[in-house]
Amino acid sequence: MKKAIIIALVLVLSVFVITGCAKKNAGPIKIGVAGPQSGDLASYGIPTAKAAQIVVDEVNAAGGVLGRQIELVVEDDVCKPEVATNTASKLVGEGVVGVIGHICSGATKAAMGTYNESKIPAISPSATNPALTQSGDYPNFFRTIASDDAQARTEVDFVLDTLGLTKIAVLHDKGDYGKGLAEFAKSFLEADSRAEVVLFEGITPGAVDYSAVINKIKSSGAQAVIFGGYHPEASKIVGQMKKRKMDVVFVSDDGVKDDTFIKVAGEYAEGVYASGPKDTAANPLAKKYEKAHQDKFGEDPGPFYQNAVAATLAMINAIKVAGSTDYDAVTNALRTSLVDTPLGKIKFDDRGDAIGVGFAMYQVQNGVYVELK
Amino acid sequence: MDLSYFFELFLGGMTRGSIYALIALGYTMVYGIIKLINFAHGEIYMIGAFTALIISSVLGFTGMNSILILVISGVLAIFFSAAYGATMEKIAYKPLRQAPRLSALISAIGMSMFLQNYVLLAQTPDFLPFPALIPDFKFLKPIEKILSSTQLVILVTTAVVMILLTILIKFTRTGKAMRATSQDAKMAQLLGININRVITITFIIGSATAAIGGVLISSHTGQLNYYIGFIAGIKAFVAAVLGGIGSIPGAVLGSFVLGWTESFGTGYVSSDYEDVFAFIFLLIILIFRPSGILGRSQNDKV
Repeated sequence: MKKAIIIALVLVLSVFVITGCAKKNAGPIKIGVAGPQSGDLASYGIPTAKAAQIVVDEVNAAGGVLGRQIELVVEDDVCKPEVATNTASKLVGEGVVGVIGHICSGATKAAMGTYNESKIPAISPSATNPALTQSGDYPNFFRTIASDDAQARTEVDFVLDTLGLTKIAVLHDKGDYGKGLAEFAKSFLEADSRAEVVLFEGITPGAVDYSAVINKIKSSGAQAVIFGGYHPEASKIVGQMKKRKMDVVFVSDDGVKDDTFIKVAGEYAEGVYASGPKDTAANPLAKKYEKAHQDKFGEDPGPFYQNAVAATLAMINAIKVAGSTDYDAVTNALRTSLVDTPLGKIKFDDRGDAIGVGFAMYQVQNGVYVELK
Repeated sequence: MDLSYFFELFLGGMTRGSIYALIALGYTMVYGIIKLINFAHGEIYMIGAFTALIISSVLGFTGMNSILILVISGVLAIFFSAAYGATMEKIAYKPLRQAPRLSALISAIGMSMFLQNYVLLAQTPDFLPFPALIPDFKFLKPIEKILSSTQLVILVTTAVVMILLTILIKFTRTGKAMRATSQDAKMAQLLGININRVITITFIIGSATAAIGGVLISSHTGQLNYYIGFIAGIKAFVAAVLGGIGSIPGAVLGSFVLGWTESFGTGYVSSDYEDVFAFIFLLIILIFRPSGILGRSQNDKV
């Protein structure tokens, strides 16, 4: 009798276990979306939630993935590191298998530890801080945007390899963006035995003229100037260099890759090089998702929208290729399986940066920026 | 470093100084006469540059000689800025003539903000290209790497303006009235000088020189927006204080000293600290000569 009860109990329990398992397998796959949904920076986070929704709706309409529907869990981190850790715990508690986000670099760093402990991969569409991938602390972190130093890398490689120039002056406007970029460029140049940094200077934005700095560039014997900053200073420097009949190549960043630069610098802009994000407007998938956004929300998509579409597509593709939601299988699929996205065909390198996403060099030719292949 | 580098920096600093001087004159003249720091003066400089831009763009369609365009747009910019200067004085400062000096100062800051935002709304917040109106002079060919033709035009124009201004103040009735008002406004009034007229003339002259500065520096840098007056105005104000505010030769000297400090500081040390050099120099001068290089010492200050 006692035996019978035990057997009955075991049977009942095993039924629970089986149904429990079955229930887990039959239910939707949960994917978290984390980023600012309110507050000052909400405009950076909301487009990502919309992008994920559009992609997930499309996948679900086509029957889902691994025969299961996908459910999004959107959480607000207000772009604040202290809130982001709670957001991450909440998503882990919800049982998500992957996260699209976070949006801001600081919040992303704060949240990654929690995901790492719970073995959940995260793909950010916008966190550009170099350490996120380069430190090696976050093996579960991926991103569909180039890191901050990628732009400097592109410029330095272009000057050294394509133009073959070696004596380089690095200037910046002392701002966060310009100085950060210039410092990366300087460190890359110093690490390269071919290059010589002949001048590293900050200029004062808005000064009435830059003739003293220009004299300095001239006497330093620089063949090229790499400038980190924005177009008003760039056009002054370029104009004054050309007026002084100096034959120095001017290379700058996407703060200068702006039509206003060409308009203001006029004829002096001709021949200037600038790096900028690769042009993806012609990509058919980018067009498709832009239209999907228009149809659904009746407006143009916001910042990082296409990056977020790419992140969501990559996550779903990885689950599909892995055939499960297992952490190792999914991260392996992210690193090995090419996926077609609005940013082109991408996969991720060992550190988590998307291969093929990044910057291209542009040159002003006949009054327009032309991408150099 | 070598001598030609030194000369380049010297001339670059002098060009900068000339621009500062044209703006600083307005500060120092107004201060000399009504003891008011006219913070909206930088905006007059910006309005001069904008006027010249608009007129030269229109004239550009006629295919006129660029020097002629520069002269016409410069002259019209002077009239326009002078009108603004005089109107500003009537609206913002004249009603406060008897009020505490702080009230007039706040009125000046308000005027500065108003003019900036007025241009922002009426024109555009973007940077606009300023046409290169000063051609490359053939005779400068041998030294073009040291001195550009724009710099030459700036230096020569500033020198001419200085000479004219000195003549005006030293040898004309108006100049005499200005000097008298500056020394003692009440006494000058008792002696039959119309000080309201003198003050208006001061504003007109100050605004005219600022407009010349605006036109010249815009053709030098090739761009402008509604905000250029602010930084230039602050620097010129520093130059005026450096030379001794209220003193006309002092403003010119202070401007050149400031221009050279910035230029040599950048050239021989680092441009990261361009403003730091300028302000350290100002501090040192003010420690040893509190009223500026050429300023008269005043012991009756509060």
